[in-house]
Amino acid sequence: MIEVNGAPSEVAAGTTVADLLTTLDVAPGARGIAVAVDAEVVPRAEWPAFVLPDGARVEILTAVQGG
Amino acid sequence: MEPMTRSATDPLQIADRVYHSRLLLGTGGFARHQTLADAIHASGTELVTVALRRIDAAARGSLVDVLDAAGVELLPNTAGCFTARDAVLTAQLAREAFGTDLVKLEVIGDERTLLPDAPELLVAAEQLVADGFTVLPYTTDDPVLARRLEDVGCAAVMPLGSPIGSGMGIRNPYNNALIVEQAGVPVVLDAGVGTASDAALAMELGCDAVLCASAISRAVDPVAMAAAIRAGVEGGRLARGAGRIPRRLYAEASTPDAGLPSFATP
Repeated sequence: MIEVNGAPSEVAAGTTVADLLTTLDVAPGARGIAVAVDAEVVPRAEWPAFVLPDGARVEILTAVQGG
Repeated sequence: MEPMTRSATDPLQIADRVYHSRLLLGTGGFARHQTLADAIHASGTELVTVALRRIDAAARGSLVDVLDAAGVELLPNTAGCFTARDAVLTAQLAREAFGTDLVKLEVIGDERTLLPDAPELLVAAEQLVADGFTVLPYTTDDPVLARRLEDVGCAAVMPLGSPIGSGMGIRNPYNNALIVEQAGVPVVLDAGVGTASDAALAMELGCDAVLCASAISRAVDPVAMAAAIRAGVEGGRLARGAGRIPRRLYAEASTPDAGLPSFATP
């Protein structure tokens, strides 16, 4: 069990950041997307290999109007 | 060319970037992407703010596509952050998302006024500069804080005229003028502009640029207001270069007294 944008989410063991983004229909090359796991930035290059540990708190962010 | 003309058209330089527009546009508050795109065009801006929020599967927009199509550079902000830690993390995420080292650093200290939290702002600025960011901090109109932000390596300082979205204009022009007088980096008047005359005043005070969101996005006609505020920025810049007359209490005739006829009757 992990948490994605504040909501509990069940994922298979070994799920990576890239896998999670695919299930959320986010294209891997998408500009304007950033991911943090447990309050640390996960650089885009690490998405395919970064395995989400049990209990991970994932934030997936995108561009919105503001400022 | 005359000096005043040059002063209106010389480019704005922030760190190693050069801009020909002195109006930065905030994208918040536009009801439709098309209006935003039209306002960008009317404003002539080259640099627009964006924010980061949790992805919404239902409403995944094409904001970045709209901004890319408009040919503008992105200035990610850290809006909504109340601590240096959150602001630094948000800036790092924005760098990942948008591939830019630019950041409009906001660290808010109060929900009602959205005024900056000075100590947290300074800590965040120092950390982000050390991390290689080009930091543009949204700050109060305190000249001492502006100097401290410059001292820690910020590429510009962005003092408020009045609270974000208040449209109250520039409440303490003397402070803004003091910041301009001492600054060795560009001064961008950020927050408080309500209409074109506020933007003109900022430039007349010697600010290098104006950042404006709500005054344009929430105007009855945002595209027309974008053109108006652009003209205000350009007019104010011209006036600053031209050198205004001093204020005086009493009148000073512009028509000479010499040669004044006498209509006295015999």
